[in-house]
Amino acid sequence: MLKTIGDRILTTIPALIGVVLVSFLLTRVLPGDTAAYFAGPAATPQAIAEVKAKLGLDKPLPEQFAKYVVDLAHGDLGQSLTTGQPVLADLTSRLPASAELTLFGLILSLVIAIPLGVVAAVRQGSAVDHICRVVVTAGVSLPVFFTGLILVYVFYFILQWSPAPLGRIDVFATTPPTVTGFYLIDSLVVGDYEAFRSALSQMLLPGVTLAIFSLAPIARITRASMISALSAEFTRTAKASGLSPRRVIVTYALRNALLPVVTTLGMVFSFLLGANVLVEKVFAWPGVGSYAVEALIASDFAPVQGFVLAMAIIYVVLNLLIDLAYGVIDPRVRMSS
Amino acid sequence: MSAVQLLDVRDLTVEFATRRGVVQAVRKVDLSVGKGETIGVVGESGSGKSVTSYAVMRILDRAGRVAGGSVSFSGLDLLTASEADMRDLRGREMSMIFQNPRAALNPIRGVGRQIEDVLRQHAQAGSDDARRKAIEALTQVRIARPEERYNAYPFELSGGMCQRVVIALALACQPRLLIADEPTTGLDVTTQKAVMDLIVDLTRERGMSTILITHDLGLAAAYCDRVIVMEKGEVVESALSSTIFGNPSHAYTRKLMRATPRPGITLRDLLPEGEATPLPPPVPAGEALLSVEGLVKEYPRQGASRFMAKLFRKDVADAAPFRAVDGLSFEVRRGESVGLVGESGCGKSTTSTIVMRLLDPTAGRILFGGQDIGAIPARDFARHPLRAKIQMVFQDPTDSLNPRHTAGRAIADPILRLGGLRGGRTVRTRCEDLATLVGLPTDLLDRFPHQLSGGQKARVGIARAIALDPDLVILDEPTAALDVSVQAIVLNLLADLKAKLGMSYLFVSHDLHVVRLLCDRVIVMKTGQIVEQGSAADVIDTPRHAYTRELVAAIPHPPTS
Repeated sequence: MLKTIGDRILTTIPALIGVVLVSFLLTRVLPGDTAAYFAGPAATPQAIAEVKAKLGLDKPLPEQFAKYVVDLAHGDLGQSLTTGQPVLADLTSRLPASAELTLFGLILSLVIAIPLGVVAAVRQGSAVDHICRVVVTAGVSLPVFFTGLILVYVFYFILQWSPAPLGRIDVFATTPPTVTGFYLIDSLVVGDYEAFRSALSQMLLPGVTLAIFSLAPIARITRASMISALSAEFTRTAKASGLSPRRVIVTYALRNALLPVVTTLGMVFSFLLGANVLVEKVFAWPGVGSYAVEALIASDFAPVQGFVLAMAIIYVVLNLLIDLAYGVIDPRVRMSS
Repeated sequence: MSAVQLLDVRDLTVEFATRRGVVQAVRKVDLSVGKGETIGVVGESGSGKSVTSYAVMRILDRAGRVAGGSVSFSGLDLLTASEADMRDLRGREMSMIFQNPRAALNPIRGVGRQIEDVLRQHAQAGSDDARRKAIEALTQVRIARPEERYNAYPFELSGGMCQRVVIALALACQPRLLIADEPTTGLDVTTQKAVMDLIVDLTRERGMSTILITHDLGLAAAYCDRVIVMEKGEVVESALSSTIFGNPSHAYTRKLMRATPRPGITLRDLLPEGEATPLPPPVPAGEALLSVEGLVKEYPRQGASRFMAKLFRKDVADAAPFRAVDGLSFEVRRGESVGLVGESGCGKSTTSTIVMRLLDPTAGRILFGGQDIGAIPARDFARHPLRAKIQMVFQDPTDSLNPRHTAGRAIADPILRLGGLRGGRTVRTRCEDLATLVGLPTDLLDRFPHQLSGGQKARVGIARAIALDPDLVILDEPTAALDVSVQAIVLNLLADLKAKLGMSYLFVSHDLHVVRLLCDRVIVMKTGQIVEQGSAADVIDTPRHAYTRELVAAIPHPPTS
């Protein structure tokens, strides 16, 4: 088991090296001059050249890259020019906000999508099946920033059920002490239910926005793979042995149908990482997505590179978890590794 | 016939809603099974024999429904019983064994747990003794080391072993009726015999009634008290098996019996009376066309981390490679047809794939017309001029045709690639000639595979293989997926084509009767090696090697009329 994990991590090293190289090169070829941006609109060419020299941007690319790699090896992701903070510190303080939101949205959509897909498959052509189809179509066709804005408009502006979409917690509530960085968990750890309620109510709208987006692929795949599992020969054996419908559907069909669902989950998670950037903007969420977008607009290289690298690592870890989940679900995968 | 009927089916009609309207799959079928009796239901594909059994168990799929008739099981009307009552009956009073045992088991649940599921569902075991009882059930179907096998998954077991598990599952709750739906199709003959004997022993011991659904008349004759013959959803004949095989009254039964390969007949005897033309005279075998010398094929025993180990140049002690083909030498002469027989895993398919040059051998020479084609990498052989001279007819006539190509396009494929013919007109004419040669009506050339019957698809496959006038055709179980009556026609066609075109055949099969009818010589393989070879009649009538004797003895003896 440990060996399998070790092997899988080893295979990701080439990919990470590629990410470091590509993110470095991409930020350099982007239009926009960092030095000119920071020297200000009224700066003289000499002033711009000075800033350039200070930032090391006057050196040839390979030299810049070598310096970047050496710094990286020491755990230094560079300084953000916009916030003035080390990128690593910025990312660690903002990552939990993004992670909490993404996971909340994902779990929410799993809780809805899997039962929906299962029921739609078991009762093909029923009302639930049609609802499933409508939800799936809506989920695919609505972009996140649009659903986000609509939700804010309806629940905050018109109905006033929801608090103002400004950040992770009500300005009047106290931020819970950092244990995991997830406010929902941290507030429960210290028993601050007021903070928990406030954090939850802030999270609800952006979470639902992400959930609507990720609902569609998960429900779709669950329905499709359930239909094929239900018509499989082993399901017929289970029925012919008189097993209860619950046992036939859950233990026999659903567990077999889960493999493609888990695969989709990995893809959905990576879509969510992308969708996050927009949702964080709409809800003023202090996460890494909005941080990266701001840095990109300012041609601030270090945070963008740091963000891309962090996402790559998250994606690698996630894929590892999915591979391990395969092993848990399917003995055939376990045996061959 | 015993007086007390356990199962009584009267006028059963089953309909299926299809895109082209309602189709009656089963029409007014009568069937009864007495206590302790074994009934055979025999018929070709589409005869409605499986549908009848599903209707009895009430596990028809969504499109199917019982349109009329009655089914009573020891006095209980099954068609009006509630779903909950049916659930109690299934598995406890009546259970089923299916074709393709590996697919019939949940692939990701331990086999012991699956038996437990059934035991606990029917309150035959609680949480404390379920494991013990499941192991007991495995022991009863004579699975060696049942405690170990309890934790095994279906993919870790052989086909025969999986079928034993399915039997254990079906018999775990001591039902009174067992429905076995083609329980041994796809299994080797020796495994088939072991599985059938096991079913018979267990059901006799318990005084159970059995319905054996099969396409194999030999199997029905060997194991059943009474036989029901079905054709196109209707029962055409029903009698004691001795009567039915001694004196078949219905024309369809006679046709089925004639078409079943059996010892002491010629290919033409398989065809319906009066349709047979005399067999072409045997061609004297010419010089050696194909000669295989010391053929070896090894497969490394691979692990997932091998690639990484290689990447980092770690020294991994390789497990001894698996030898699928182990030092094989044989010859096929011009105009000769040679049978390659053996059970699954014996290396016969690997051998034919290597000779076909789709796979590279590890060692050995393959001389074809004097040239060592084994030295040409399989990758390059596709463009080699000799490619046209060795062609193949594949096992599954459906899966081996591109579903989006018409029959004509499929036949034209090798001509367009290798034949050097130009112009749509010339190619089309050639395709029509080939179709006529294999007895395929030329107006069918524009149809797609799903619009053709099994026999017609087999003809397309054969026409494609002979399109380039090959010298050697490798036939990989070409009739295994076909009904016996279609098989009879296809086998005769193959024999005629060989005589007409002067080809040689390498015929890969597990069916010794078929091999004997079609082949001049036969090679018996076991674990990658040849155990016996000689003229087909000699090897099958008077086998010298113990393994060949075992194979011959395991074939159920088809009825002789």
